[in-house]
Amino acid sequence: MSEHIVSPKIYGMIFLALMVGTFLTVFAAGKDFGPMNVVIALVIATVKATLVILFFMHGKYSSKRTKLVIVAGFFWLAIMLGLTIQDYSTRHAEPSRTELHDSPATQVFRS
Amino acid sequence: MHRTGELYGQFKTLDQQKETATLGMWIFLVTEILFFGGLFLAYTINRHAFSTAFGVGGNMLDLTLGAANTVVLILSSLTMAMAVWSATTSKKQLVTIFLILTLVLGCVFLGVKVVEYKQKFDHHLIPGNGFDITYCAKNPSACGLSGQALESEKNEIEEGLRVDPDLNAHSQLYFSLYFGMTGLHAFHMIIGAGLLLWLILQSRKGRFDANYNTPVENIGLYWHFVDIVWIYLFPLLYLINRHLG
Repeated sequence: MSEHIVSPKIYGMIFLALMVGTFLTVFAAGKDFGPMNVVIALVIATVKATLVILFFMHGKYSSKRTKLVIVAGFFWLAIMLGLTIQDYSTRHAEPSRTELHDSPATQVFRS
Repeated sequence: MHRTGELYGQFKTLDQQKETATLGMWIFLVTEILFFGGLFLAYTINRHAFSTAFGVGGNMLDLTLGAANTVVLILSSLTMAMAVWSATTSKKQLVTIFLILTLVLGCVFLGVKVVEYKQKFDHHLIPGNGFDITYCAKNPSACGLSGQALESEKNEIEEGLRVDPDLNAHSQLYFSLYFGMTGLHAFHMIIGAGLLLWLILQSRKGRFDANYNTPVENIGLYWHFVDIVWIYLFPLLYLINRHLG
């Protein structure tokens, strides 16, 4: 078989990197970076996920066809997240539940 | 069934046969990415709409248990990767050992999850009639809260109610998503544990070696995927906008 065998040494290094990432994300959560809190958490998570895909899941050593499928999966995920979020974020804020209860429209609907 | 390392008629080489299996597994995982993606999307939109209630909800989770579980799950990914390595290098006994380690770590993760869920039951944080986000602030002894922890809990609830009068309903939404997402993740882990059990039984018969290891490799892919879902769930549910101490 001509498949690439990843050595335990690389697995160990990736494991250590993932541990460092976990520590960093917990450490960063204890500090307040304002709106950057979410960004920092997601960047660290994405770096960790990329390491898992490339090395633990052998993404780095797989065929071009398999790589295309992996990238396509995340591309479609990006379409779903991106387009839905831009839709929601460009609408007016939706009324809260309390407001809904008091609005004339709800009253009519209830009576 | 399971004639090891045999070349099937529709393939030219064993390499091609193996790549086909890997490709098929990845196509399945892509559907899983989009499946979980829908939940992550629902979470993102609701977090954006009710950020105060989601912040209060997130602070009710046990960070120590969540972080410990993250370490356990990443460690289980390492042992799974080592099981695949052992198979591709024909170390048949090591395959079984690493698979058992992975299964044990997976069970530890699920056990910790049970402890966490039980705690949420006790603290009245299960969505439904009994849901009460203020329960721990009102009954500190039932939640083991005292001193500074109790003060910050009270402040948090007070501040939350000031910003969002409908805090109870909106934090209930947070916990619905928390149980939905971690529950679906745990369900995947249970399926993974079943698959691992089957792999261990096969591996004990010496089925997997350098010639034939597709089941180990593909169930490994599934296991790592479940790990990746948790890598995102942990910061999103436990960490964002957390007030420590």
